[in-house]
Amino acid sequence: MQKFIVSALIGAIFGLGIAISGMANPAKVLNFFDVAGSWDPSLIFVMGGALITTAIGYLVVFGARKKPVFDADFHLPINKTIDARLIGGSAVFGIGWGIAGFCPGGAIPALGFGGLPVIAFVGAMIIGIVLARSIDGLRHKPAKAF
Amino acid sequence: METEFTPWMSLAGGVLIGISAVLLMMFNGRIAGMTGIMTGIIPPFSTDWPWRIAFLAGAVIGPVVFLAAGGAIPYAVPVSLPLLALGGLIVGVGVYYGAGCTSGHGVCGMARLSPRSIAATITFMIFTGLTVYVVRHIAEI
Repeated sequence: MQKFIVSALIGAIFGLGIAISGMANPAKVLNFFDVAGSWDPSLIFVMGGALITTAIGYLVVFGARKKPVFDADFHLPINKTIDARLIGGSAVFGIGWGIAGFCPGGAIPALGFGGLPVIAFVGAMIIGIVLARSIDGLRHKPAKAF
Repeated sequence: METEFTPWMSLAGGVLIGISAVLLMMFNGRIAGMTGIMTGIIPPFSTDWPWRIAFLAGAVIGPVVFLAAGGAIPYAVPVSLPLLALGGLIVGVGVYYGAGCTSGHGVCGMARLSPRSIAATITFMIFTGLTVYVVRHIAEI
């Protein structure tokens, strides 16, 4: 129960950060990438603020603790290979992000205030994940990437 | 559509995203990547689904509480519903194969200097930029 409540609070901080940063605002996100048009460089500050905070915070956490509060281990990705799957998937993700202006982390916090556009995006995104996972599952056992 | 340059709000939002990522690692030992967290509650559920549901619920409710308390969240969607759905579908497929998105690779992975995440982030930033250029300045949708 404690873990559930703490997780919800951490999620709320994430959602609030996304919302005030502009990452949940497709107009702003698309303008960040539209260097040749109505460019809005704000998202550099989102990435910068998030990256520096996370990099320093991770160093502190990994330095100060042998394990997380609610778990036996830190779950860090073990896959180290840069392959066609990673690069291809990331390229496809970029195409979708460029079309819609929403990324997964930007869209979920918008669900409470963003109306039909974000619901349509998230619905289709879930279908995309399910589709990819079943196609992938036909070829070999699903990746345990997470 | 022009949007206002908001360096301070964006920086503050970025710092909050970072704090959330650090806390999730400290308490749950998990990467704060939306793709990974979300995929665990799309059937078949991962065994540790409760904290994922809690995190996602918090992420939705946080901004709503902020709005209710009088805060402002600028929001405009200059994209049609069919293109949002198409983009969503493509994003879903992409983040599944790419094993992460802006939060997982772009923030958490880059922060720990993961070569995979750096490669993924450079790739999707380039392709997002190219796509926006094509949509806005070539196809002019």
